[in-house]
Amino acid sequence: MNPKDLGTKAANTWCPGCGNFAILNAIKPVIAELDEEGLVPVENVVLVSGIGCHAKIVDYVNANSFYTIHGRTIPVATGIKLANPDLTVICFAGDGDAYAEGLDHLIFAAKRNVDITTIIHDNRVYGLTTGQYTPTSPSGFKGRSTPAGLEVPPINPLEIVFASGGTFIARGYSHGIELLKDVFREAILHRGFSFVDVLQVCATFFNLYEYYNERVYALEEHDPQDAARAEEKMREWDYNSDGSIPLGIFYKKEDATFGDNFVKYRSKISDLEGAIKKTMEGYI
Amino acid sequence: MDEFSVLVGGRAGDGINEAGMIIARLFNQLGYCLYQYLDYPSLIRGGHNFTIVRASDKKIGAHRDEVNFLLALNQETIDRHKWRLMESSVVIYDSDEVKSPVAGGFGLPLKTIAKDAGAPPIAKNAGLIGAFSKASGIEWDVTEQVLRKEIPKSIDENLEVARRGYSRIDGDDRLRVEKRSYPCCPVITGNELIGLGLLRGGLDAYVAYPMTPSSGVLHFLAKVASDFSIRVVHPENEIAVILMAQGFAYAGKRVALGTSGGGFCLMTEGMSLAGMAEMPLVVVVSMRAGPSTGVPTYTAQSDLHFVMNAGQGEFTRLVIAPGDLEQAYFWSATSLDLAWKYQVPAILLSDKTLSESAYSFNLEEARDIHEIAPVLWDGVGDYRRYARTLGGGISPLAFPPISGAVVKANGYAHLESGITAEDAGEVKAVQDKSLLKEKSLIEELEGLPAVKTYGDEGSSAALLCWGSNKGVCAELGDKYGLRVVQPVIMNPFPTSQFNEALQGVERTISVETNSTGQLARLIRSCGFEADDLILKYDARPFSVDDLEERILEVTR
Repeated sequence: MNPKDLGTKAANTWCPGCGNFAILNAIKPVIAELDEEGLVPVENVVLVSGIGCHAKIVDYVNANSFYTIHGRTIPVATGIKLANPDLTVICFAGDGDAYAEGLDHLIFAAKRNVDITTIIHDNRVYGLTTGQYTPTSPSGFKGRSTPAGLEVPPINPLEIVFASGGTFIARGYSHGIELLKDVFREAILHRGFSFVDVLQVCATFFNLYEYYNERVYALEEHDPQDAARAEEKMREWDYNSDGSIPLGIFYKKEDATFGDNFVKYRSKISDLEGAIKKTMEGYI
Repeated sequence: MDEFSVLVGGRAGDGINEAGMIIARLFNQLGYCLYQYLDYPSLIRGGHNFTIVRASDKKIGAHRDEVNFLLALNQETIDRHKWRLMESSVVIYDSDEVKSPVAGGFGLPLKTIAKDAGAPPIAKNAGLIGAFSKASGIEWDVTEQVLRKEIPKSIDENLEVARRGYSRIDGDDRLRVEKRSYPCCPVITGNELIGLGLLRGGLDAYVAYPMTPSSGVLHFLAKVASDFSIRVVHPENEIAVILMAQGFAYAGKRVALGTSGGGFCLMTEGMSLAGMAEMPLVVVVSMRAGPSTGVPTYTAQSDLHFVMNAGQGEFTRLVIAPGDLEQAYFWSATSLDLAWKYQVPAILLSDKTLSESAYSFNLEEARDIHEIAPVLWDGVGDYRRYARTLGGGISPLAFPPISGAVVKANGYAHLESGITAEDAGEVKAVQDKSLLKEKSLIEELEGLPAVKTYGDEGSSAALLCWGSNKGVCAELGDKYGLRVVQPVIMNPFPTSQFNEALQGVERTISVETNSTGQLARLIRSCGFEADDLILKYDARPFSVDDLEERILEVTR
């Protein structure tokens, strides 16, 4: 299939220069390619989004989707995957979504190693609510709720997901679509909880293109199975100080997933009334 | 005698609930209808736990204050419950624990007996049950049979303790439990029965975070999950519960979830999403005394208006408050059907009393469940999740993966395709669809038993009740020749059935376990009036005697 077939008639309302376009333009060819190769039929793909500029992506892709609410993409995606393990579930969440409002769900999804992919549109600012700090905004960030500058440092989401048990951890950037496509493809094909933090630039409220362009580099000769090295690489940049910023797949591990033990419960039992009666007999 | 009440009391961890359940099963073998009230504070060990088992030859659903037998594992049980004794009552107690018993009671050194028999300390209960059986004239064979079925571990040692208890007591002819003819039924808690009703309704998955008094549903369904091939998930919090459930619903799986008031607070954003995205959900909400943590292991009916209004915006929802196990079974099954046909969230509203009390469940009274089928997509043309063409506010359902069909669910106002819309005309169309759906649902409910009547149906005075108060009201309605009217569907309120049930009624008395009269407030908004309120808000359910006294006061 052609990625163009994945378009919809919805008018795109992202700002000019928005980093979300890169994510949209990377995910469509990946979905098309996986369908073409017979690896993931497009009808098996379900996209789940939260609330924020990022979330509009589901209106722009002609695939199954559930446009949910702020912070809650991951539990919905988890339910879909548990309900039907044949589906390939991809979450799109913002940094406010995944790291503030819904951080508990992110930690638990990683801990469970549920077989879904989570792509974070991490622009490090609230866009749709017009410019407040998020959990990954640098200290000193002057937003509309912190005009004097943010007093506290950001979190490093990669380390949080790693510590929680995520089995695929990567970082992308909204400049450099080829790397983004490679990472998305690997993330979707990985069996387990895949996490991709995309440094997605908000051209209107926090334009970091120049900052990132000077600092990002692609991980090379990095073995993602090497947990110690992966952790070291995740710590190379803390989302606050001026370090160089590695991009690519930091960590990858094969492990049992949360859906595994549910697969046996996939058929309805044949004699429901009989089973109910038998259960009730235990209470006589 | 046609009825008996037996109180068993001790500390948390003494197995009081289990002892009461065994006594209930003894009566069940002898042809009685059972009701078991359980009273326990919010702690794991110690404190004072007690249970009252009431057995009658007629259908019952409430306990009495007075007891015929008081079985005490400690002094506190005697001290707290002496007032319940009648002249003829028999007291049996553990003389190793009780130092100032009541006159005429039977003391047995239960701790010593258990130790001598090589049984674990919990076997004191078996000694008490053995002694009770003898005192009430129940044959040893029946006692042994029930104990063998109910006691999972060290059965021989437990039987030995029971036998010693049995042999040390004299029977009392006045309190002899004669055989009666009530059908031998499962004696089961409301929570377990709600679980069974949901299974009967085709449940595929249950999602819940533990919260008293709803956890019984979770525990039961988790225990039987593999027998019924369902999935039971306990996520990180109630927010995740209601969102995860919507993932199941989106993928076409019949899902229910459970909580109590505090957990439901966290679910309100999810309720609203289910309303807008049209996700079928059944939410079991078992009320306890609030506000806030309130009195967590005790009862109340104070969340009716909360569940009816929870969530931002206006959307169609179904609220059902079953009053006994037969209703709970019928409506747990039917709620799933209705949620799926109308693609709405449905709330099954229980309370601690209905959820955690055990009742005799008569399947014959609840068997007649009609299937109400969901509307599925016929596969013709392009699929639109929110198509407005069919009428009645219902859009045909489809679940991925279907080649060529794109299923787009959305919590924003949306086009028929599921793509976001903010245009005035589309926004209005989404809301009109919801209103239309409510209308269709009301029509469907007209063919279902949405309002029940009990007592003397010709009486011009009516007790109005809802939920677990149905049992106590029906019993007193019979006794005093009062009509009893119980709406089972609380939202959308079944106005025409309620109106019909009240034909010829001149005076209404609303009986509720809350401090403001929530049913009275609800019916007032539908054009009806409660003339008097009988309210109880000490977190305890009405006993038959409590309510009898209050009715006499009001009607004097």
